Amino acid sequence: MSETSIKEKSETKVKEMSGTKVKKMLFILSKGTIENAYAAFVMANGARMEGIESEIFFTFFGLEAIQKKKLEHLRVATVGNPALHMPTMLGGLPGVEALATKMMKKEMEKLDMPPIGEFLEILSDSGCKLWGCKLAIDMFHLKREDLIDELDGVLTIGDFYGRANEEGTHLLFI
Amino acid sequence: MKKIIADREIDVNEEGYLIDFNQWDKDVCAYLAEEQGISMTEKHWEVVEYLQDKFQKEEPLSIRGIKKSGVINIKEFYSLFPGGPLKKSTLIAGIPKPKSCI
Repeated sequence: MSETSIKEKSETKVKEMSGTKVKKMLFILSKGTIENAYAAFVMANGARMEGIESEIFFTFFGLEAIQKKKLEHLRVATVGNPALHMPTMLGGLPGVEALATKMMKKEMEKLDMPPIGEFLEILSDSGCKLWGCKLAIDMFHLKREDLIDELDGVLTIGDFYGRANEEGTHLLFI
Repeated sequence: MKKIIADREIDVNEEGYLIDFNQWDKDVCAYLAEEQGISMTEKHWEVVEYLQDKFQKEEPLSIRGIKKSGVINIKEFYSLFPGGPLKKSTLIAGIPKPKSCI
């Protein structure tokens, strides 16, 4: 593809973006790896920055991202992650996961990506609603005080669907 | 593209952002703000000055930067410039739209 056509293509995208029909983005974060947490956070924050409403529902391992004691210790998975181009045996060795996480955090810092705790503060201040999943919280025997202060509440999945009642709402499972 | 702003011809891009910052002044600013449904207060001006200062120093803008700015907190920022605060405030300030995803 020639340089001009790439440029034209990206400009068309920009135009479409500004006239988006998306009104509200609802994210379900079910995984406890750092890259998944950041994926949800960047998209939820990006929505708010575009004037789109956003909310995140933390369930199962996604709850790691809102537990006061755990949120700064999320890691990148080095086993079963072919995109790291690392032999599975090597990925399982002690310290490899920590090292890969450290390297990733360093790259993120360069791009001015906030750490998880600060990102949650930013999201909350930006008006992004943060919800805990009742079933998963009960299953992991978590108490309210284990979870971040910014949490807006604990919901059942039914309650969460109830928040998707407007036209232009999208749900995304991560 | 040319656009008549505050009785003057100003160069803007497709999204309405000023191309030449030298064409910006307080009248242009107030006009652009009104178009966005914003009436400028003391606090709005403070934010605009902060953004322009960052632009002149060629420092990238982000929501995290706003948090650390000491000029305004994120909650106030969203309430002063509702519906895409960084997008709207940079447009009003006459500087380019930030390209960052955060």
